Amino acid sequence: MSGKQLHGKTALVTGGAGGIGRAAALLFASEGAAVGVVDLNQQQGHEVAREISMAGGRAISEPADVTRPADCRRVVERIVHEFGGIHILFNNAGIIRRASVVEISEEDWDAVMAVNVKSVFLMSREVIPIMAGAEGGSIINTASGWGLAGGPRAAAYCASKGAVVLLTKAMAIDHGRQKIRVNCICPGDTDTAMLRSEARQLGEAEDRFLAESAGRPLGRVGKPEEIARAALYLASDAASFVTGAALVVDGGGLAGSG
Amino acid sequence: MAEVWQGRVKGMRLEHKVALITGGTSGIGEATAVLFAKEGANITVTGRNEKRGHTVAEKITNDGGKAIFIRADVRKAEECRRAVDETLRVFARLDILFNNAGVFYPHTTLDCSEEEWDLQMDVNLKGTFLMSKAALPHMIEQRRGVIINNSSGWGIAGGDAAVAYCASKGGVVLLTKAMAIDHGRQGIRVNCICPGDVETPMLPEDARMRGLKWKDYLAGCANRPLGRIGTTDEIAKAALFLASDDSSFMTGAALVVDGGGLAD
Repeated sequence: MSGKQLHGKTALVTGGAGGIGRAAALLFASEGAAVGVVDLNQQQGHEVAREISMAGGRAISEPADVTRPADCRRVVERIVHEFGGIHILFNNAGIIRRASVVEISEEDWDAVMAVNVKSVFLMSREVIPIMAGAEGGSIINTASGWGLAGGPRAAAYCASKGAVVLLTKAMAIDHGRQKIRVNCICPGDTDTAMLRSEARQLGEAEDRFLAESAGRPLGRVGKPEEIARAALYLASDAASFVTGAALVVDGGGLAGSG
Repeated sequence: MAEVWQGRVKGMRLEHKVALITGGTSGIGEATAVLFAKEGANITVTGRNEKRGHTVAEKITNDGGKAIFIRADVRKAEECRRAVDETLRVFARLDILFNNAGVFYPHTTLDCSEEEWDLQMDVNLKGTFLMSKAALPHMIEQRRGVIINNSSGWGIAGGDAAVAYCASKGGVVLLTKAMAIDHGRQGIRVNCICPGDVETPMLPEDARMRGLKWKDYLAGCANRPLGRIGTTDEIAKAALFLASDDSSFMTGAALVVDGGGLAD
């Protein structure tokens, strides 16, 4: 078990320039994978790829808007061209708008749905044929604790993440026989830029959620690296019998009240 | 970066840990005992079958690990306490408890006898309670510990002719969440695994009790997205993930490992 867990694999990580995506890109690379870092933010994406290369790993960065079919096709082609295949797809790009259905604009609703859900469809549509033509693969989608339970003033986000959970299960059923496993992670509050942005959207202090997180069983928010390690488990052969699952990584927040 | 990079290079993931595994004499428990030992943990195997228990402990010892077998019936509080005390005496600590002992009889409410009901509830559910009760004070004292309960896919969705089993495993899922809430602040993580059909002695036994040919039974089990049943090692690897620091932000979760059986 001491060998690298993703030796010889190629991973594509969307939203790979920051937060959970960045942590996963670094961790996957340290476990031997060649990593394609895909993000809207070109500069930060390059930075992550550079960090991996400096540490002796293999990575390229490719800017993309994952809500656009042509962008998805282009980054997949580029990564396959560079590394010869894709074995792991981490659909992690996501945004949040903290608003109720009354408050949220139609444009914001569409944006949340496009980034959080449609991108999973668009990227998977490109990558599944490549995986099916090789020895299979592992797709991991970032859903949310709020894809399983509702949260206040987050209607579009909850709807989008609920959709990701069930899209995960539907894809698991369709592509299991092609040896493609499809799972999602449901993180609780994690210490990322998105969490601080949420506080700003609600007009609260940036550290609000850090204080609130004391209310869950483990008494703290998660670290991006902790979500990345859950993604690593799902990406690796250690999870060879796991598909269609929603892995809750939330410090006990969803366990119940108390 | 360097921290992430170097953080995972070293080999063993359960070094200096002590794990107690109930129902460790065969199937998933045995596979987990062997895997945890390979990852550096010292192992206490408990079970009711002494011969098989000693065989598992010897196998681990022969491979360079450390393991003891303690005969214990998880239905009995004093035997649970003795298993924990003996583990502490031999290994000086207890970090991981895998409540894995389980029994299964395929019956509907109409044909499940009261004795079979009690047996399944006592081993599968009350045994988890009693072992946790015995182990928790020491883990709390250490301010650190992991409990992993073996539930089942049938602890989340119902199955045919398995009333007591489903009830007991559903109980395990919610006992897991309740314990996670109570003991998270004390540094204890509590999660469960929900395996689908896995290649254990329990499976052909179920086929026999149901009067089904093994081949037909197996074909039914394989009718899921991944098209096969699981291996004991695949469940052991899920237990390893939950036992290790790789799952440091997970508690109160039910990890479904079933080849996609519950996805539809």
